Amino acid sequence: MSMRTPLSRVRGLGSAGEGTGHFWKQRLTGVANVPLVLGFVWFVICGLGSTQAEFAARVSSPLVAAMLILFIVSGVVHMKLGMQVIIEDYVPAEGTRIAALIANIFFCAAVGLVGVLAVLKLAFGG
Amino acid sequence: MSGNSRTGGGADARPLSPHLQIYRPAITMTMSIVHRITGAALYFGTLIVIGWLASAASGPAAFDTAQNLLGSFLGRLVLFGYTWALFHHMLGGIRHFIWDTGAMLDKHTASKVAWASLGGSVALTLLAWVIGYAVMG
Ligand code: HEM
Repeated sequence: MSMRTPLSRVRGLGSAGEGTGHFWKQRLTGVANVPLVLGFVWFVICGLGSTQAEFAARVSSPLVAAMLILFIVSGVVHMKLGMQVIIEDYVPAEGTRIAALIANIFFCAAVGLVGVLAVLKLAFGG
Repeated sequence: MSGNSRTGGGADARPLSPHLQIYRPAITMTMSIVHRITGAALYFGTLIVIGWLASAASGPAAFDTAQNLLGSFLGRLVLFGYTWALFHHMLGGIRHFIWDTGAMLDKHTASKVAWASLGGSVALTLLAWVIGYAVMG
């Protein structure tokens, strides 16, 4: 016999109220990361030894800038989701856990924003 | 029920399932742990990537400083480790996607795939660095 109420069963979203949302977003960003990571590694290798002016010129290509922004956004969303699971697994004390979960979101948002702004500045003639 | 306790200690102590140290280490278990460790390492490694991009956006002087730092022996060592973590985590992630379809889950296949992802990550890392040094001339 199930202990769950009919309403919770029909909503099907579980104790965190998210259903499979977290799992799905982790997979989605993970799949996106595969080509983006390969593209980023390629970008780094092709630019080895370049000056700042050469670097900026490469990022001024819309294709390169778009790839970098997608890599940053998909990357920080993915790592936010991943670190959240690690925190939930290892931090049993509720207060510390909530503080860590908040710090995780702030860190990923800040890192992502700085990255996107840097790319935009270079893309528009940095 | 004490709301804060997830450890099962205290008055409502319940039996716990055996923890990691009970089991003989297997390659699948090691690779699972390494997937988490590389994920966490990449999390902080993102600071290097973003710092590098931000230095380029800040101008030639900042970019030169960043390039010198990353190009130093220690910098290269860290970047080499970052490259391996990236490729290892990528292959580990692809392994997860395959498992999500229900394929390759049986014990012997899973062990083979685990070894293959370890070997593949080393191969991809070396390949990237060989190409990198070739590009730099
Ligand atoms: C290269 C392509 C990538 C793929 C295919 C990938 C795939 C995955 C998958 C499928 C998971 C979930 C594992 C699970 O459910 O146990 C995961 C977890 C994680 N990933 Fe990624 N990922 C990639 C890149 C990255 C990057 C670039 C970062 C960091 C900037 C990152 C950080 C993490 C973290 C922190 C976790 C949580 C680890 C855990 O719960 O054990 N991943 N990744």
